[in-house]
Amino acid sequence: MTLLRGRGYASVNYPTGMNLGGDPSQALIHATTMGGFVISLSSVDLGQGLKTVVAQCAAETLGMPMENVIVDTADTDTGPHCMGTFASRGTHRIGNAVIMAAREAREVMLAVAADELEVDAGDLETDGTGFVRLKGSPATEIHIQDITLAAHFKQGKTISGRGIFLKERNYPVPETGEMDPDSCQAHACTVAEVEVDDETGIVTVLSLHNAYEIGRALNPAMAAQQVEGGGWMGVSHAVFESTEPYYPASRDHGPVDFCEYLMPGPAEIPVQSSVILERPASNGPFGAKGIGEMTANAPIPAIANAIFDACGVRLTTMPFTPESILRGLDALRA
Amino acid sequence: MRIVNLKVNGVGKTFIARPETTLLLALREQLGLTGAKRGCAQGACGSCTVLLEGEPVVSCLVPAVTVDGADIATVEGLADGPALSHVQQAFLDGFATQCGFCTPGMIMSAEALLDRNPDPTRDEVNEAISGNVCRCTGYEPIVSAILDAAVRRREGAKL
Ligand code: FES
Ligand code: FES
Repeated sequence: MTLLRGRGYASVNYPTGMNLGGDPSQALIHATTMGGFVISLSSVDLGQGLKTVVAQCAAETLGMPMENVIVDTADTDTGPHCMGTFASRGTHRIGNAVIMAAREAREVMLAVAADELEVDAGDLETDGTGFVRLKGSPATEIHIQDITLAAHFKQGKTISGRGIFLKERNYPVPETGEMDPDSCQAHACTVAEVEVDDETGIVTVLSLHNAYEIGRALNPAMAAQQVEGGGWMGVSHAVFESTEPYYPASRDHGPVDFCEYLMPGPAEIPVQSSVILERPASNGPFGAKGIGEMTANAPIPAIANAIFDACGVRLTTMPFTPESILRGLDALRA
Repeated sequence: MRIVNLKVNGVGKTFIARPETTLLLALREQLGLTGAKRGCAQGACGSCTVLLEGEPVVSCLVPAVTVDGADIATVEGLADGPALSHVQQAFLDGFATQCGFCTPGMIMSAEALLDRNPDPTRDEVNEAISGNVCRCTGYEPIVSAILDAAVRRREGAKL
């Protein structure tokens, strides 16, 4: 028995969002009497952190603390329209829509504050802690709670804003095939290191080293976790998740639980290191691109290349099971 | 139908259970403790993990009528007012949660491990949470948070 080590590399360019019929998302924002800002969306947070990221976008644009932002998601009967959270589009599309809505609300907020302070709205700024104040004369200030109370009870105004991001429909030019299918592309590469047991055919992924160019990491901790959680999924696709022997041999039933459909547990995870590179996208919210789905992509071909490097077996069908490794080794020896 | 008495997080609770009522369902639907999650309902994912007499169990496989009189600990009982348990605080500080669905089960498995083994190795942590599936984090932040919690607990205990 020999443990063969190998290293492989793969890269991915990944489009943010989709196109074909057009790709819009909308956001509405309004201030409560208590000085909060409610963002209404039809977009779902299913754990990817959408609520956090859009709250950051709104807080930054409004000039208000994150605590003042309330994100209300996912009632597609009553919410503003959203295509959905897929195609790595959430941060880009919904973030942009929220920024546009927050800009409009900010204008109204400043106009109300200007009336209360008897100054020109153009001379006002936000301090990020909840106050609107006169530039150069910070003692002339008013808190957001007083602004919303004044708007609602004195001035008769609604502090609100509407936002939409639309990636317009775009078809290929028939003659050239040229088209503009996406808004921006994120780029990444992964180096995988593996160990192949030439007797059992078992592949152990020892490490993944990832470099991601993602425009801007709006929330660096969440971006890093997306990369490494996705890296784990890549390992899972590459060497674990198999429907055999049930499918496709029999189409009647497949694996029914996690005992038959294997995924790596904590003992099978590789060491990961990740570097985030930031080249802001001109059309992204504060420059961000989407990195939802791509994080599981590069590890798979990187692992396939590492297996080839380790033992000379070139596998093109996932997952890279012990059986396929052993068959490949037999073929090489034949 | 049977009347079942449990001590849940130190508080006596009484409810009526059908023979097929699982401990998980009783906790979630009759006692309003929705921390333990129903991921698979067949003992394979660990998201429903609670402590039964101090031992981690998948509560989706425990008929409530079989544990009459038992002591149950759920994630809701860990914090002391606003003060989180060491494990909870380590999960928070180490960002060991993403969608959060596995988190209550992971935390209860970790609490049980550290109760019986205050200074576990990485392998022992891996084994302790091997019945808890996480689809988001890739496990590394969870394992690190549990090792970190072990240090915090030992240092806290010394004070
Ligand atoms: S719900 Fe109990 S183990 Fe999955
Ligand atoms: S954080 Fe989502 S399943 Fe673990």
